[in-house]
Amino acid sequence: MLRYVYASDLADHPKLARTMFRDRADQFKTRLGWDVDIDAHGHERDEYDDLNPLYVIWEEPDGSHGGSMRFLPTVGRTMVNEHFTDLISGPIKSPLIWECTRFCLTRGAGGHVAAALMLGGGEIMQNFGVEHFVGVFDARMVRIYRMIGSSPEVLGSAGSGRDQISVGLWHFDPDAAAKVAERAGVPLERSRQWFDRAFGTAPAPTFAQTA
Amino acid sequence: MVSVTTARQPLEPILEDLEKAEGLAALQAASEEIRDHYGVDHVVYHWVDSAGDQYGCGTYSDTWRDRYLEQQYLRVDPVILGCFQRFHPVDWKRLDWSSKAARAFQAEAIEHGVGNQGFSVPIRGPNGQFALFTVSHSCDDDMWAEWTDAHRRDLILIAHTFNEKALEFEPDRTPEQSQSLSPREVDAMTFLAMGYSRAQVADTLAISEHTLRVYIESARFKLGAMNTTHAVARAMSRGLIVV
Repeated sequence: MLRYVYASDLADHPKLARTMFRDRADQFKTRLGWDVDIDAHGHERDEYDDLNPLYVIWEEPDGSHGGSMRFLPTVGRTMVNEHFTDLISGPIKSPLIWECTRFCLTRGAGGHVAAALMLGGGEIMQNFGVEHFVGVFDARMVRIYRMIGSSPEVLGSAGSGRDQISVGLWHFDPDAAAKVAERAGVPLERSRQWFDRAFGTAPAPTFAQTA
Repeated sequence: MVSVTTARQPLEPILEDLEKAEGLAALQAASEEIRDHYGVDHVVYHWVDSAGDQYGCGTYSDTWRDRYLEQQYLRVDPVILGCFQRFHPVDWKRLDWSSKAARAFQAEAIEHGVGNQGFSVPIRGPNGQFALFTVSHSCDDDMWAEWTDAHRRDLILIAHTFNEKALEFEPDRTPEQSQSLSPREVDAMTFLAMGYSRAQVADTLAISEHTLRVYIESARFKLGAMNTTHAVARAMSRGLIVV
């Protein structure tokens, strides 16, 4: 299932948190060779994890991490505006734009996990009035994003080939959402249930809803 | 009853006055005007500055405000507990009102005219600054859901307009860095000012319309404008673009 967890609440999900930071180390350090810090526990964490970001995490049936991404509002500190300004034309700041970084998949994760994460991104956009995500991604992700039908628009890139890093932009597209849901193997109603489980049940204006 | 369409007073002049104003009184006046604009029961904005001092303005009754402070409801209020250190806007219905203390608090709030519905936008400013912008009202769930859905975007933008003003009162505030526009933002604003459509601007800049929207949105926020037209006008009046 998809979980939406602020960093301050990660302690409630110890296994999920532990395996997420471990998988991030595996993806960003071991597999991609990024210059990231790994702590004594073998966890990859950076300064933005200390800003109480919101994580969207795919939880496997055994309670471990299957994939995740991290959100921060662009009106505050963001990785894009602090480390990748040379790739964009200037700082991107707006209450309607959130930054999405550290898109991570556990080794061997199926394509449905990446799609489920994108579905979670769609819930955030629809429910929180967010119009765009801006994020940093590597060349390897281009293929994955395309596969799940959620390709970002590239604002700028550095490097080439496998080492290319880009800043990209996502927007919500209802047609794409249906396709992404299909890829994820998750009905849209289920996705909404997971969202409501995290953020509380919303009043449903147009359809009957049972508690 | 909330009216979705009837606006008593246009929103932009209210926010322009707010931006130009100096001092806390302007925030109070703006909260009252925004309440009247939307025809809702209450508009409240409060914040904790980076030194930990609390401030507030809004339309709740003095009796309720005093009661709230005296009872230290800050520790009980599910809106505070649900929004602190977070950054997603929230309908009060989604919050946890299940505890006995929360239910008693809610009953008392309704008694004091706060309303049974609310929508709050939390903002995390720099250096630990934190703010909450709230609109509350008395109506049924369907009507509230419809109203917040129609106005969510504006409420988020208004919340941030309030907060930009509040940040001006920050202790040890360094002089405002000029909110200069990036080259792409200047391009976008300039072509829009020249009367190009979005499609034409995107075409001219060889970017997609979605990417263009982000440059416009980022410029809009920097300019403190509520919409694109307003942003273009401001960019021109401030001499940031020349047409």
